[in-house]
Amino acid sequence: MSHAHPTTPAFKSNAHDALANANLQTALRNARGHFVDKRTAAAARVDTFEQIRDAGREMKNHTLAHLDLYLEEYEARVTAAGGHVHWAETAEDARRIVLEICRSVDAKTVNKGKTMISEECGINDHLAANGITPVETDLGEYIIQLRHEAPSHIIAPAVHVTVPEIEAAFRKAHSHLPPDRDLSDNATLQMEARRILREKYFQAEVGITGANMLIAETGQSVIVTNEGNGDLSQSLPRVHIVMASLEKLVPTLDDASTVLRLLARSATGQDMSVYTTFSSGPRRTQDPDGPEEYHVVLLDNGRSNMVGTEFQEMLRCIRCGACMNHCPVYQAVGGHAYGWVYPGPMGAVLTPSLIGVEEGGQLPNASTFCGRCESVCPMKIPLPKMMRHWREREFEKRLTPSAARYGIALWAFFARRPALYRFGTRLGMKALRRMAGGRGRLASLPLGGGWTGQRDFPAPQGKTFMDQWKEKRG
Amino acid sequence: MPKPTVALFVTCLVDMFRPSVAFATIKLLEQAGCRVEVPAAQTCCGQPAWNSGDTKTARSIARQVIAAFEGFDHVVAPSGSCGATIAKDYAQMFEAGDPWAERARALGAKTHEITSFLSDVMGVQGVTARLEAHATYHDSCSGLRSLGVREQPRALLGTVEGLKLTEMKESEVCCGFGGTFCVKYPEISNAMVGDKTRNAADTGAELLLAGDLGCLMNMAGKASREGRPMKARHVVEVLAGMTDTPAIGEGE
Ligand code: SF4
Repeated sequence: MSHAHPTTPAFKSNAHDALANANLQTALRNARGHFVDKRTAAAARVDTFEQIRDAGREMKNHTLAHLDLYLEEYEARVTAAGGHVHWAETAEDARRIVLEICRSVDAKTVNKGKTMISEECGINDHLAANGITPVETDLGEYIIQLRHEAPSHIIAPAVHVTVPEIEAAFRKAHSHLPPDRDLSDNATLQMEARRILREKYFQAEVGITGANMLIAETGQSVIVTNEGNGDLSQSLPRVHIVMASLEKLVPTLDDASTVLRLLARSATGQDMSVYTTFSSGPRRTQDPDGPEEYHVVLLDNGRSNMVGTEFQEMLRCIRCGACMNHCPVYQAVGGHAYGWVYPGPMGAVLTPSLIGVEEGGQLPNASTFCGRCESVCPMKIPLPKMMRHWREREFEKRLTPSAARYGIALWAFFARRPALYRFGTRLGMKALRRMAGGRGRLASLPLGGGWTGQRDFPAPQGKTFMDQWKEKRG
Repeated sequence: MPKPTVALFVTCLVDMFRPSVAFATIKLLEQAGCRVEVPAAQTCCGQPAWNSGDTKTARSIARQVIAAFEGFDHVVAPSGSCGATIAKDYAQMFEAGDPWAERARALGAKTHEITSFLSDVMGVQGVTARLEAHATYHDSCSGLRSLGVREQPRALLGTVEGLKLTEMKESEVCCGFGGTFCVKYPEISNAMVGDKTRNAADTGAELLLAGDLGCLMNMAGKASREGRPMKARHVVEVLAGMTDTPAIGEGE
């Protein structure tokens, strides 16, 4: 599955397939609740969690209001440390820049720490098409690379895969290992992946990582991992490329610590990730290790167009994934149904911003507006409100399906004329009651097949309330 | 102290499908010492248009509701969802400076969901109802997250004589109704409501309560299709002691 061709418009049929996929449903059910309970507990361990959320929101709002300034400061620091900042306006630019850097050192293999930006830019396919082998070093990413899939979650990319499926992928890919070896649980699978990846670390000429933050004050990039693969991918190869989008900027080290206090707690329910790595440029003469070259590819890809619009708040996102962990729609269908890099509520807002509402318009509609995402978002991003803004744009552009448009128009015609509305509801309820014939419910409804396919429809109790009230009060 | 006058916002679903919920609400309000009026110009709160991105239509319906309800001391709805639309969303529909923005805000400030109104505004500590039953309570999303309705219905239900309340797993997770969502994405909606009825049934309770008729129709419809021996009722029916009517979706 490649991200070059979004399947976002097919959300509904993707969801249908996902619901019918027994393995996927097992995996989703196993994961469910796990992140939720751990996040609740982690948040409760900090008395001031709410204040830290507010501080994070304010800090990010400030940064976004002065983004140009902080970007300049950041670039100056990186350059002073001997690194290079490359500005990529589009995904295409980013692909070109990364390939040029890899070619300049004649790279055959590129190690990758987990980076969603590289997914957004389709880096793996692009490298492979140009004769360079990308190797994912995050265990989850490695699994889905073997399965030729895209991540289905921004922090747990293989959350949709069951243990037996991983075992099958490993046996197929690692065919040189003894076929009778035990691969029955997480631990044995992890050990095998670790052994294989350890060899790969030393082959790569280039290491690509993402960045959870870029710090303007120090010119550092920060990544958090639980496997330490980020450190190895960036310190062993000759060249380190950081791929980051520009909203990852924070002004100071202190601000970075605010984000770190929110990130792991919201994401996995840990107080801190196991590894938090700050990189400050290429190796200096006195350093024992580190890359000879340090490049940062700063991706815009439509983000600067969001600044100053009703979608600006989305740029506060720190990619913790809490919104998807808590989203009942995501829990039902998984991340691939969303059809592009970013799933769940954050994707429902971000995806149309990046690939257009024509492509991504289904996603903001695939929400009940239950508000659970907003209530757990560490940056207090009003996700449902922004999904509604997308629906508004869709409606203005007349992209809303015509059945829905006519439905609303018809309903609104009556809703604005109370007397007619009374008349209509009286007749309608009478008809429904007759159809139910005293059974209290309807097993099928004309035009309501969606509902009655799998649920009964409760019948009206009797006359409408307004009619009864009128009779009572005269 | 003069009796406060409360305008009842019936909600379109209650008006059409379950008038007993409106009568129970009126009874509770009167027991709490309110005078209740039912403005005749009401239809629906406009949420379907608002949530579909048809802001212009939503605004015109909001104006109608504001004009019909702003003259009362309080507005009360037996629904957290419609209550939140009036209390929170209306103010966002109008540009700053539009005189309707201020009227919307003022109406929003005095609009409440019924259990929250009884507890938080009228200071009602308990009810006189009685029901021998084992129940579980579903937190409907808007009431819970937009209006902070969580403890109020539980506290009031706790005073119903004979009623045992058991919490279900994930009581605060959406049931999949979501207004137009259940029609636009019936399969996903069905998966969500299936989880809900399972969690509810796992408590051993035979009665499922909630504060929103939309969620209740969804959950009752699913439980009935699954053949679960579970009844669904709006929480006010129990609080008002009006449980002699058939439950939602139940035959006569
Ligand atoms: S929107 Fe909020 S909850 Fe979702 S990934 Fe971003 S920061 Fe986390």
